Amino acid sequence: MDSILIQLLNGLDKGAAYALIALGLTLVFGTLGIVNFAHGAIFMLGAFCAVTFRKLLTLSEKVQDPTVTLFAAYKEVPYLKIWFGDTGLMIIDYAVPLSILFSIPIMILVGYVMERGLIRHFYKRPHADQILVTFGLAIVIQELIKAAFGANPIPQPPPDIVSGSANVGLWLGLGEALVYPWWRLMYLVFSAVMIFGVFSFLKYTTYGMVVRAGMWDRETVGLLGINIERRFTIVFALAAVVAGVAGVMYTPILPPDYHMGMDFLVLSFVVVVVGGMGSLGGAVAAGFLLGIVQSFASMNEIKDIFPGIDQIIIYLVAVVILLTRPRGLMGRAGVMED
Amino acid sequence: MENLVLHLDNIQKNFAGLRALADVNLHIEKGKTHAIIGPNGAGKSTLLNVCVGRLAPDSGKVIFDGDELTGLKPHEITQKGVARVFQTPEIFQELTLLENTMLPALSKRDGAFSFNPFRTMRSQTDINDEAQDILEDVGLAEQMKQIAGSLSRGDKRRLELAMCLILRPRLLLLDEPTAGMSRHDTNQTIELLNKIKKGGMTKIIIEHDMHVVFSLADKVSVLARGKIIASGLPEDVRGDPVVKEAYLGGAQE
Amino acid sequence: MKQKLFNDTTLFLTFAAAILLMPIWLAPLGASYPDLLQKFAIYGIFAIGYNILFGLTGYLSFGHAAFLGVGSYAAVWSFKLFTMNAIPAVLFGVFFAGVLALIIGYLSLRRSGIYFSILTLAFAQMSYNLAYSVLTPITNGETGLQLTLQDPRMIDAMFIEVGEGLPITNLFGIKMSGYSGFYFCAVLLIICFYISLRIFRSPFGLMLRGIKSNQNRMNYTGLNTRPYMLAAFVISGMFAGLAGSLLAVTDPLAGAERMQWTASGEVVLMTILGGVGTLIGPILGAGLIKYFENIFSSFNNNILHDFFSFLPDTLENIVVQVTGLFVGGGWHLTLGLLFVIVVVYLPGGIVEGFQRLARLLSRKKQPDKTSSSLKNQSAE
Repeated sequence: MDSILIQLLNGLDKGAAYALIALGLTLVFGTLGIVNFAHGAIFMLGAFCAVTFRKLLTLSEKVQDPTVTLFAAYKEVPYLKIWFGDTGLMIIDYAVPLSILFSIPIMILVGYVMERGLIRHFYKRPHADQILVTFGLAIVIQELIKAAFGANPIPQPPPDIVSGSANVGLWLGLGEALVYPWWRLMYLVFSAVMIFGVFSFLKYTTYGMVVRAGMWDRETVGLLGINIERRFTIVFALAAVVAGVAGVMYTPILPPDYHMGMDFLVLSFVVVVVGGMGSLGGAVAAGFLLGIVQSFASMNEIKDIFPGIDQIIIYLVAVVILLTRPRGLMGRAGVMED
Repeated sequence: MENLVLHLDNIQKNFAGLRALADVNLHIEKGKTHAIIGPNGAGKSTLLNVCVGRLAPDSGKVIFDGDELTGLKPHEITQKGVARVFQTPEIFQELTLLENTMLPALSKRDGAFSFNPFRTMRSQTDINDEAQDILEDVGLAEQMKQIAGSLSRGDKRRLELAMCLILRPRLLLLDEPTAGMSRHDTNQTIELLNKIKKGGMTKIIIEHDMHVVFSLADKVSVLARGKIIASGLPEDVRGDPVVKEAYLGGAQE
Repeated sequence: MKQKLFNDTTLFLTFAAAILLMPIWLAPLGASYPDLLQKFAIYGIFAIGYNILFGLTGYLSFGHAAFLGVGSYAAVWSFKLFTMNAIPAVLFGVFFAGVLALIIGYLSLRRSGIYFSILTLAFAQMSYNLAYSVLTPITNGETGLQLTLQDPRMIDAMFIEVGEGLPITNLFGIKMSGYSGFYFCAVLLIICFYISLRIFRSPFGLMLRGIKSNQNRMNYTGLNTRPYMLAAFVISGMFAGLAGSLLAVTDPLAGAERMQWTASGEVVLMTILGGVGTLIGPILGAGLIKYFENIFSSFNNNILHDFFSFLPDTLENIVVQVTGLFVGGGWHLTLGLLFVIVVVYLPGGIVEGFQRLARLLSRKKQPDKTSSSLKNQSAE
C-alpha cells in the first residue's frame, strides 16, 4: 500500500513536469501552428535562470578570516551577508523560489525575441521545416549554455525549511514509513497552480477567449479585425514563461545541465501527441497518465514480471494510444495529419 | 432496367444529429449525364462523398454496376471505374502536368499497387503518349513540362479533369466543375464535357449554374433537405412547382 | 526533365568517378585519410536511404537510428558467430534492419504527419532503451558489443587456422580497414546511388512523389498509398542497416548510442543540408557534416592562436575566444547555427544554392523566362 502511494506521488510529480512542458508546447502549437522543438531548451533556460540568480546572490567579497591567526587567510563572504547579515543569508537560502520572479521577465524576453526573430517567419512553412529550424535553435541554445556553464550538473538546494521529507504517512494515518520530499510536494502543488492559472487565463479572460478562438479558427478571428499576430507573440511568451518557471522549480529535483532540455523534449512531445496535438486538456491528462504509468512500471514487482518494462513503458503506451486513437486522447480531426 | 448503372438505395447520413441525407434513392442511367441541383446545404456534396467512399453512410447501399461500393476504400472504388473531380482542384501541385497525367495512367494500367523501382519513366512510352494525348484534348499540351501549381485556377480544373479522364472511368462525378470560372472558361468546359459525352461515360454533375446544367444534363434531380424532391428531364424539372418552392421558400443562396 | 545538362548515365559515371577518386581530390583539403573517407561513404549511404523516404514521400522519420544500430549489431554478431568476412555481415545487417523496418513501418504508417514522426521516434527510443537494459545479452549494454577471443566463428574455424589475437574483418583476405575498407564502402555507396537513381526515375518513384504532393488525389486515382509507403520505408531502413553494418565492418564494435534519437536527427540534418529530395544532395550533406565535424572538432585554442597570430595580442585573444566557441567541443554550436541558417535561407539545401547560383550566372548570359523557383526540386 505504502509503495503504491509513493509511486502514485512519484508519478504525479513526473507527470506534473511533463504536463507543464507539454502545456506550453501545445499552446504554441494550437494557436500559432508551430511545432516547437526548442521548447525543451526554454525549460532548460528557465533552470539556468535559477543557477544564474543564485550566482548573482552569492557574489562574494574576499574577507580575511579572523579565526585564522597564524597567516592571512581569506574566505569568501557574499555581499548580501555583509550588507544585510542574517537576512541576506535567508535571501540566499530562498534563491530558488525567488528565481521565479527573476526568471519571468527573462523568459518573456526570450519568448519575445524567439518569436519575433525566428518563429514568425515559419508560420506558413511546412511543419517539417518548423521542426527542423527549432531543432537547430535548440542545439544552439544548448551549446551556448554548455559554453557558459560547463557540462556538469549544478545542484540547486531548495530552501532549508523544505529540504527534508514530509511525513505523508502520518497525515494519512498510514504509519511513519511513508515519507516524501517536501520540495517534490511543493512542486506538485505549484504545477497544479500553474495549470489552473493557464486554464483560467484562457477560459475567463477575454484575451484568453480570443486565443482559444484562434486555436479553433485562426482565419475567422483574423477577419474579426483582431490583431492575431501580436497576440501570437504574447502566447509564445506565455508558453516560454510557463516552461521557464517550471524549469526553475525543477532545479532542486534535478540539478540542471545543458542537455536536460533535450531529455525532456522528447518525452514532452510524446506527451503532447498522446494528448492530441493542440488539445490543452489532453496534454495535461497525458502528462499525468504517462508520469504515473512510468513510476508504476519502475516498481520491482512489475519489473520482475516484465523485465525492462520501465525503460519503454512511456513509448509503449504512446504507440498503443496512437494506434488505437488516431488523434491521441483529445485531439481534433484534421490537425497535423498532412 | 438493365441500362441503370448506379443505384443509391435508401442512403441516410447524419452529422452529430443533423440530418444531411434522409433516405435518398437515386438511379442513374448508363451513358447519361445526370445533374443534381439543389439549394445550399441540401446535401449534394455529402451525397458525392458517400458515392466515392469518403464518407460511410449510416444506412443504405451504393451499388455500381452490380458491385456494392459501400464499405470500400476510395482507391478500391476508383479502381472499379469511378472517378471524381473535386470542388477545389485536387492535383499534384509540385509535379509537372505530364507527370500529373502519367500517374493516373499508370494506376489504370498497373492497378492500385505495383512495385517497379527499376523501370524508368522514360521507357513507359505508352503511358507517355496517352498522357500527352489527354493533355492535347484538354488544351494543356503546351504547358506539359510546367509545374501544375503554376497554372491558373481554370487550367487546374481542366488538368484535374484530364487526370480523371485518363482513368477511363465508367462513372465520372463532377463537383461544381465550373465554380469560380469566367464565362469563357465555363463555356470551354461545357464544350469539353459535351465532347467526352460521346464516349458513353456516365456522369453525375453537381452544379449551381443553371446554364451549365441545361447545356449538359440529360436528366436532373433536385435535392432539398436531404431528400430527392424531383427527378426528370431538365425541362420538366424547370417547371416543377415543388422545385420552385424548394428554391424560393427554402434556403435561397 | 528531358533536357538535362547531364543525362543520367553521365551523372552516374561522374558520381562513381568522383567517389572512387576521393582519396586524390580530397587530399588538398586534408580529408583523404581512410577513416574519414569511410565515414563519408557510410553516412552517404545512410543519407541516400533516408532521402528515399523523406525526400520522396515527405514522411519525416525520427527513428532511422534504430536501423543503423540493428545493422551494426547484426554485423558484429556475424563476425562473432560465423566469419570475419564482410559479405555475410553486410547481408545480415541489411536483412535484420529490413525486418525491423517492416515491423516499425507497418505500425507507424497507419498515421501521418507528426503522429508518424512521433511513432517512429517512440519505436527508436524503445529499441535504444531496450538495447541498454533487457537486451544486454545481445547488445552487451553500455560496454557495447565487441569481438572476443572466445567467439566461435564457426565458418572461419573450419577453414582458417586460429591466429594470435583478435582477427580482423576482411573480404576474402583483403583487410577491411584503411583504404581497402574505404573502397569496399565506396563500391557499395555507388551501388546504392545507382539504386536510388533508378528509384527516382521509376514509376514507383513518381508514386512516392505523388504521395508527398497529394495523398487525397492518390486515393482518388485508385492508388493504395500504404504499400508504396511501406516499400519506401523498408528500402530506406535497409539502406540504414547497410550503413550500420559497414560501420561495424570498418570498426567491429556496436554500441547502443548509435540508436539514440540524436543520431536520427543527424541524418535528417545531412539530408536537409544537402537538399531534400535531390539525388546528390544527401551525399553532399553527409560529406560536409562529417568533414566539418572532423576538422572543427580537432581545432583547439593553440591552433586558433597560431592562425590569428597576425592580429594584435588583445584582439587576437578576443577573436580566439569567440571562434573557440564554435570549434573543438563547440562544433555542435556551429552545426546548430548552420542548420538554422540553411532552413531559413536555403530550404532546398546546398543543391538549391548551386541551382540559384547557376541560374544567376545563366541569366547574365541570356535572359531565361522559364525558371520558376521550385521547378527542379525533385529532378536534379
